[in-house]
Amino acid sequence: MDFLSQIINGLGIGSIYALVALGYSMVYGIVQLINFAHGDIIMVGAYVTYVVLVVAGAPLWVAILASILFCTFAGVLIERVAYRRLLNMNAPRISLLITAIGVSIFLENLSQLLFTSSGKSMPNLFPNQLLGLGEVQISSISLINISTSVILMVLLQILVNKTKIGKAMRATSEDADAAKLMGINTNTTIAFTFGIGSALAAVGAVLYCSAYPMITPYMGGMLGLKAFVAAVLGGIGSIPGAMLGGYLIGIAESLTKAAGGSQITDAVVFGILIIILLFKPAGLLGKNVQEKV
Amino acid sequence: MSVLETRNLGISFGGLQALQDVHFSINEGEIIGLIGPNGAGKTTVFNLLTDVYIPTDGVIELDGENIVGQKTYQITQNGIARTFQNIRLFKDISVIDNVKIAMNSQMKYSVLSGIFRFPAYRREEKEVSKRAHELLQVFHLDENAHDLARNLPYGQQRKLEIARALATNPKVLLLDEPAAGMNPTETMELMETIRLIRDKFQVAVLLIEHDMNFVMGICEHIVVLDYGKIIAEGNAEEIRNNPKVIAAYLGGE
Amino acid sequence: MSKSKKISYAITLVFVVLLYAVVALLISQGTINRYYGGIITMICINVILTVSLNLASGFLGQLVLGHAGFMSVGAYTAALFTIHSGLPVLVSFPIALLLAGLVAALFSVIIGIPALRLRGDYLAIITMGFGEIIRVLILALPFTGGARGLIGIPAVAPRKSGINANVLLFSYVFFLAVLTVYIIYSFIKSRHGRAVIAIREDEIAAEASGINTTYYKLLAFILAAFFAGIAGGLYAHHVGVLNPAKFDFNYSIEILVMVVLGGMGSITGSVISATVLTILPEALRQFSDYRMLVYSIILIIVMLFKPSGLLGQRELSIKKLVQRIFDTEKNTGKVKKEEG
Repeated sequence: MDFLSQIINGLGIGSIYALVALGYSMVYGIVQLINFAHGDIIMVGAYVTYVVLVVAGAPLWVAILASILFCTFAGVLIERVAYRRLLNMNAPRISLLITAIGVSIFLENLSQLLFTSSGKSMPNLFPNQLLGLGEVQISSISLINISTSVILMVLLQILVNKTKIGKAMRATSEDADAAKLMGINTNTTIAFTFGIGSALAAVGAVLYCSAYPMITPYMGGMLGLKAFVAAVLGGIGSIPGAMLGGYLIGIAESLTKAAGGSQITDAVVFGILIIILLFKPAGLLGKNVQEKV
Repeated sequence: MSVLETRNLGISFGGLQALQDVHFSINEGEIIGLIGPNGAGKTTVFNLLTDVYIPTDGVIELDGENIVGQKTYQITQNGIARTFQNIRLFKDISVIDNVKIAMNSQMKYSVLSGIFRFPAYRREEKEVSKRAHELLQVFHLDENAHDLARNLPYGQQRKLEIARALATNPKVLLLDEPAAGMNPTETMELMETIRLIRDKFQVAVLLIEHDMNFVMGICEHIVVLDYGKIIAEGNAEEIRNNPKVIAAYLGGE
Repeated sequence: MSKSKKISYAITLVFVVLLYAVVALLISQGTINRYYGGIITMICINVILTVSLNLASGFLGQLVLGHAGFMSVGAYTAALFTIHSGLPVLVSFPIALLLAGLVAALFSVIIGIPALRLRGDYLAIITMGFGEIIRVLILALPFTGGARGLIGIPAVAPRKSGINANVLLFSYVFFLAVLTVYIIYSFIKSRHGRAVIAIREDEIAAEASGINTTYYKLLAFILAAFFAGIAGGLYAHHVGVLNPAKFDFNYSIEILVMVVLGGMGSITGSVISATVLTILPEALRQFSDYRMLVYSIILIIVMLFKPSGLLGQRELSIKKLVQRIFDTEKNTGKVKKEEG
């Protein structure tokens, strides 16, 4: 049952994409910005974990908590410094995209300055064992990843659908001006969205470090890009969509590698994206919105 | 002779029948009003005529030819031009370029001719520039020809949108609430302008409007929609006295 | 043609010819050494890339995140042609450049037809995907040299021909950059360009004004890709060795940054910003550690305080300059008369 093992392996990696994709998806849903700096938040999360765990020698749970808090703070700060002015003046979206790229370059080079460009290796974060279920071999890390992502997605769904701030988020993404008129503080809501997205990316970073224990200043680039692909694939703005997209990308990668195509995994990932978009432009679970005339 | 005719026109969104059995025809040079309470389906009629939505039933005939299934730009090129309820100008370019863009399909020169400024380019550009200025003069917009469209006052933006629609050389002009947001003087002016363009350009006009004085004052024929169906048709006098119309507007039995 | 227009054309022409003559002379004498010559070549190549991307992103309003992908298609096409065609390089290089443009344009048709039917950010995402796929495929294909790079690309003039290859290469990049600027500028001023701008302004209104929006979107997109392909062909013969890593997502973004900083919809803005942003990293070389940090901060600050880029949609116009000079002459003339 090698095939099934590969699927579960893929789901494990996919969980990381999914967590990062949630951040892309929520931010795009609320301000239509492809937040290119989001991938680099993963890198920030990874380095914070490294510093607290290895340099300061604190216990793992402290490191994870510190990473989540720091990333949340960083996400909110980035929104405040680099985006809010443009959002409030209704600047062209492409200007926002460029500042996002600016932030991304800034974060990558700052961490290169602080930690040099050579990678740091992480100790094992979680026990890594192969569990045999009949003929299927599952690594404990995959299980941890999958369960973490599922739990967080359920919590996020509850947050968005059942709480007051969730309602504000949905209203702002539907029509920010109308939401403002209804007394919603859209600035706070947008900042909150960035914060939540970054917190999820921090969790993604920890999971990533346990699966690939080598971190570099540029690790966020490709990872972020693929997570974004996952968000688009599932239907941008949709929480279950981002999860589904993440899992699919993970599985596609894992199967391509198993089939001996590790060199072309990235091409397969982007190829799937293009094909899906051609047939279902709004993504797998996205809503098709027609402009009102 | 009828230039535009719809038969059994209908559309449903999901389960909702938004329009049903819409049946009307417009003669050459005629001005027709399409009225009805909010949500009656007036703009939807325009959207069906211009392929923004695709009708689920019926036919639309322009000069006796069914145009259902043609693309929006083809329909425009074949002779139906429209304005929009909330003005949609090309805001960041000049007033005259707004008009020239609408004349694009009447120009023939090729991409190469445009890039290397061949004689065809010079001839047609000169011609189009002349026509565009003439058209702007009709709407007293010629002085603002080189201003950005976004800098025009509201009333003039509405006029520019009509000028742009006329620039496509339409047989039928669809105006979606042309008098919305205008003061009484501007509305009077607009009525004059619409009559003028009908005579000058020999175009049939189908207009949606809520201002009853405007509609009654200018339309030779009025079609009343309610809940997606035509409930009455006739001249101003007939519509004014039609009990169904009164009921629809006042919400009576 | 008005007088000021004629004068401005004449001034532009004289300026272009003079600039070419001076730089070509300095290169042939070796006053401009290989390092500076390389920077000048890259400026011209980046001008082609930036101006062409501006057509798709600034004038058409479609975000393209894979311009380097089209460039790489052109680069490999041209390089493989000059390597394998068997023709002397003086003949094969111009053909290779044309082929580079055509093959890149062909790819843009394949991507554009499905992607441009849709409104929204799809082109951005699909071109991004395309750029990455091309890069990975170049790594995997047997005839591209893979990760080690494609080597053996000939210089634009053989050593024994007696032609100075540096001057010839400069002539190619310079005149193709000028030609690109000219073509895209006059395209924008034609009816086709107006249609493209109308789509950026309001796609629905453009369609309702009789514009075949799919056709014009595709046309602008193909033109943009064509010139990116040519830029790639030039680049291949400038560096001599092609490495697929050069054409990654970051390079696409770098070109986009040049477009946005110069001004979306400003061709002169693109020329200026491509020039400045090619020189800037070289000038900041001594601060190598802080270089990209400074670059990113400048980028963010410019966007925050000038979101439409340096020139916005305006053009630096010699015509207006000429008019201004003439007006002041007239005015001073008047003043003098009054004084007399």
